[in-house]
Amino acid sequence: METGSPHDTGTADDAQGTPSPAPAVVPAPDDGAEPVWRALPPGLLTMRRLLLVVWLGLLTLATALVPGLLVGPAWGAFAVLPLALLLWGWVMLERNWRSWRYAERADDLLISRGVLWHEETVVPYGRMQLVEVTSGPVERHFGLASVQLHTAAAATDATIPGLDPAEAERLRDRLTELGEDRSAGL
Amino acid sequence: MSAPGVQEDVTGRPPVIERRLHPVTPLRRAWAPVAVLMGWAVHDPDGAQRQLTRLTTTTLLVGLGVLIPAAALYGFLSWWFTHFAVTDSELRVRTGLLFRRTAHIRLERIQAIDVTQPLLARVAGVAKLRLDVIGADKKDELAFLGAGEARALRAELLARAAGFAPETAHEVGEAPSRQMLRVPPGVLAVSLLLTAATWVWLLVAAVALPLLWTATHSLWTVLAAGIPMLGAAGASSVGRFVAEYDWTLGESPDGLRIDHGLLDRAQETVPPGRVQTVRLVEPLLWRRRGWVRVELDVAGSSNSLLLPVAPRAMAESVVARVLPGVTVPPPEAFSRPPRGARWCVPVWWRGHGLAVTDAVFASRRGLLRRGLSLVPHAKVQSVRLAQGPWQRAHGVADVHVDTGANATVTARLRPAGEAAALLHAQAERSRTGRRDALPDRWMA
Repeated sequence: METGSPHDTGTADDAQGTPSPAPAVVPAPDDGAEPVWRALPPGLLTMRRLLLVVWLGLLTLATALVPGLLVGPAWGAFAVLPLALLLWGWVMLERNWRSWRYAERADDLLISRGVLWHEETVVPYGRMQLVEVTSGPVERHFGLASVQLHTAAAATDATIPGLDPAEAERLRDRLTELGEDRSAGL
Repeated sequence: MSAPGVQEDVTGRPPVIERRLHPVTPLRRAWAPVAVLMGWAVHDPDGAQRQLTRLTTTTLLVGLGVLIPAAALYGFLSWWFTHFAVTDSELRVRTGLLFRRTAHIRLERIQAIDVTQPLLARVAGVAKLRLDVIGADKKDELAFLGAGEARALRAELLARAAGFAPETAHEVGEAPSRQMLRVPPGVLAVSLLLTAATWVWLLVAAVALPLLWTATHSLWTVLAAGIPMLGAAGASSVGRFVAEYDWTLGESPDGLRIDHGLLDRAQETVPPGRVQTVRLVEPLLWRRRGWVRVELDVAGSSNSLLLPVAPRAMAESVVARVLPGVTVPPPEAFSRPPRGARWCVPVWWRGHGLAVTDAVFASRRGLLRRGLSLVPHAKVQSVRLAQGPWQRAHGVADVHVDTGANATVTARLRPAGEAAALLHAQAERSRTGRRDALPDRWMA
């Protein structure tokens, strides 16, 4: 299967079902050199795929059974639509998951994401007002946490979802520390 | 104001003097119940008539006898329980009868101070004082203070925020202000007549109302449609004239001073280094006269107008004062989007342009009504690059620059390679640009 993602970095393209984990190297802060990109751990993809299968699987069953039993078996063919959506979503989720990556540079944090709608954000550490680590019930079950950065501008959209909790905490502490060193305010 | 209460500080520092607002404050919302009754009567005249005939003298007297003292008591208590105090580093506002609320506003975080006087407040000789801080509430404005007291308090707050020693802060007085520019009423009137919005509304009214009349022959329908249209036309002409009348821009060591208003007077003070973005707007009909409107964004502040109308050269010199070290890039400095961009934004792609100088990120847009946004590099909070599939096919991308006033300036339709380089270069510039910025306490 061709993922079409332009950002296959750090994640070896091996068997489709078991994407390789993120490289566990701690990047050395580099000055101006090519940033060291880190990808997201596979847990996020597993979680999103499971949610997709659960919800669209239920929908497929419902569209197959309800018209199939009430009107006639032929009407159960409508279930093909959610099934196709499920398969398409299965592929898309991986493409999207592969496109997410972030890099800690000497003075700023880079976040790059999206395949079709590509977005890249740069936040200088000195502008960070608040670093937030959140983890909902489903995320906690899969051992995931997201890190969100807030600056004085509400439009700054810097969230890294689906991190390993230990990595999320390391990132939070490091960002807070760097932010204090370089604090610049408004 | 009256009865200053003294609160002993635990640490043994000089006591904090707590003050109350001006005694007319309880009356500020006295018109509200009357307005509600009036609104109900206008909305439903038949029902109001029926209710009125049912009222007997006794119920009326009992109602008034209960309502008026209750309202008066509420007004009095809310005034009695509102205190404010200026300490070395903050302004404290303590309010609330049942739910107590204390706001501590840090003085070095002040983005702007506004003293406003609505028409009735001018008659009563009182004024509102509002500190613009990020996240400040409407409730944190001091309404009302005596007019002289408001000015003295503003001078003291600015002196403390500027970094004068606390002991001398209230003796520093108002910083001398030098007038930079005053917009003559004639120019303002002509500029508003040349604003398209008014004429569009009048034109719509002139076309739609006769059509409605021929269709329905109902006076009420025509009135119901006509009054909002004429109201909109009035708001964009007469309303703006009244608000922007006698617009005076001054410069003082405490920053910019903006005074304006015909009926409601407002005096705004923006300390140095607080302006996040500046926009020069040039409506189509103003172009022959070479006039522009200058807007600004200050974090936490609602006022966004710097100059309602001014000749371009003068506006550019004002911008150079407001953003020190910034010159407005000349039109030839702007680079246009590549030709491929015409498939993303037909015709209007020509209006977009970008110029980056040592001090400022300048983005231009619009063909008929031209706008030019300026962000000093030091004010950039984050930089984003966004590219959709259609844009990728034509090799262009948008670069968004976010500032602290929640104003985002976008350089649209840049060539993809240039946008990627711009993203990193801009992040670098915003990081280094901060080094020679003014400190928060501008006199320290």
